[in-house]
Amino acid sequence: MSLFKSNKKIVSNTKNNLITYAILLGFFAFAFIWAQTGEMPRKIQNLLIPLCVYSILAVSLNLVVGVLGDLSLGHAGFMCIGAYTGAVFTNIFETVIPNDFIRFGLALIIGGLFAAIFGFIICIPVLRLKGDYLAIVTLAFGEIIKNILNIVYLGVDSEGLKASIDGTSYNAMLLEDGKTIIKGAMGITGTSRDANFIIAFVLLFVTVMASLNLINSRTGRAVMAIRDNSIAAQTIGINISKYKLIVFTIASFFAGIAGVLFSHNMNSFSASGFDYNTSILILVYVVLGGIGSIRGSVIAAILLYALPELLREVGEYRMLFYAILLIVMMIVNNNEKINDMKKSFMMKFKKNKTVSEGGKN
Amino acid sequence: MALLEVKNLGIVFGGLHAVEGFNLSLEKGMLYGLIGPNGAGKTTVFNLLTGVYKPTTGTFSLDGVKLTGKNPVEISKAGIARTFQNIRLFKKLSVLDNVKLGLHNQVKYSTAEGILRLPRFFKSEKKMNEKAMELLKVFGLENEASTLADNLPYGKQRKLEIARALATNPKLLLLDEPAAGMNPSETQELMDTIRFVRDNFDMTILLIEHDMKLVSGICEEVTVLNFGEELAQGKTSEVLNNPEVIKAYLGD
Repeated sequence: MSLFKSNKKIVSNTKNNLITYAILLGFFAFAFIWAQTGEMPRKIQNLLIPLCVYSILAVSLNLVVGVLGDLSLGHAGFMCIGAYTGAVFTNIFETVIPNDFIRFGLALIIGGLFAAIFGFIICIPVLRLKGDYLAIVTLAFGEIIKNILNIVYLGVDSEGLKASIDGTSYNAMLLEDGKTIIKGAMGITGTSRDANFIIAFVLLFVTVMASLNLINSRTGRAVMAIRDNSIAAQTIGINISKYKLIVFTIASFFAGIAGVLFSHNMNSFSASGFDYNTSILILVYVVLGGIGSIRGSVIAAILLYALPELLREVGEYRMLFYAILLIVMMIVNNNEKINDMKKSFMMKFKKNKTVSEGGKN
Repeated sequence: MALLEVKNLGIVFGGLHAVEGFNLSLEKGMLYGLIGPNGAGKTTVFNLLTGVYKPTTGTFSLDGVKLTGKNPVEISKAGIARTFQNIRLFKKLSVLDNVKLGLHNQVKYSTAEGILRLPRFFKSEKKMNEKAMELLKVFGLENEASTLADNLPYGKQRKLEIARALATNPKLLLLDEPAAGMNPSETQELMDTIRFVRDNFDMTILLIEHDMKLVSGICEEVTVLNFGEELAQGKTSEVLNNPEVIKAYLGD
């Protein structure tokens, strides 16, 4: 009997997760069917993959900011690593592995793994820091990654890979038959555009599922315990460093995957795109979607990424609308009265439902 | 051999000797009190015994295993659990999750097994839920299992903290002012709970308390600390009537 009560919470958790999955699938079905009818404007078609990319980024950053409770400002850096390693892989193996699907799958794994490795390494010094200091250090690492990749030249010729951080010496090194992959500040051009909406959505779905499963597991509980009270967490035997490393690594892995997706949807991209502003943009999605809420992150990312793009027609008023939307979302999310209204509305809705169901019987 | 053996334990903060020359020997199954005026260093002793602070002098061991200089995680695994003077629950987690966190090192599965929802995840979670509910029942919290810890009334938060500490399967339980902020009837109930825990969990308990009714009611022996040093030690009734102790509490 007593176990029944405890299961109730687990059931309500699963129910909550199912709602999230349903919203995701609804979004996918809507977009997919709309695209199939051929009525979808080009502008919106072009938005579909970036929406998935930024949703994945928001969900993964939420693991660090919302679940672990550490403010990270370098998320775009991990995305950058994923984008570069994935695109380099695809460019090198374009002729070796002719099958787009397999090559892109491998690129995703490699990009994710590289980002995860960097996430792990960067997390080690970050472990000693808290609050503002942690935010500043992650910000610095994000910028370091961007700036280093900004000066790298990489090419492949009959002798193998050639790399340099200096354009002129690189040009001297590369043989006649060589092909340049990374061209310094110009970035990577001509990566095969292997990403499509279905793959992007599947990756988003997997990210959301992995994140929700993580949160509702032994590891997730330990991480949230560290967030709520690190001293108490230690005294019941939770190794803080270990769980921080796990969360940072997983979040970086998904950011890397988002980066690969991003780079395989672009004719060209450069490291300067993965700057501080991008990190902040992702953080805005997390904060406005509700810190710790995976579903909120996805919804906020979709709304806030799509809106400025769709508002391009109103020209310079675009950012004004965007700012108003941000303020409205902030008020709606944090206003107690509105939250109470939302709750009582949901209660009413539930009641009506049970009444109408009862009527049917 | 004593369960907990503390020898000459001390810590210095800057020039301040917060605790100096602290000795203690606890037999298994004992209910022992640590009392003293505010600022006497009682909580510092707890922080030393749980590895939150590293002692500058002295040693302590549990069940013959030397624990001096170990970190809180290692000490928790070795079998010392505690509660806090200012309650430290995981506020945004449910009551059940708080206790399940206490079971963190008792029932294990890996992160990958959790993310991929492999069979061991379900098996372990079921086991954790059962164990946690058992503990919650002992403390009469089974109906609040899905409540957020933050929303529990004060007295129940104290109980939940004890339940969480017991979930780590300790040999020694340290309670830091368990009756703080409780009314007389709640304190009475708490005394029964502490006795129950000692008898049914086969526990050794060391507690800090200002409520002398609770101390004289359940503690077999006490140590009095004053200005970081031991003032008196022995049978509770004798120590509490010691003129030195009364002077330390009430002044001249």
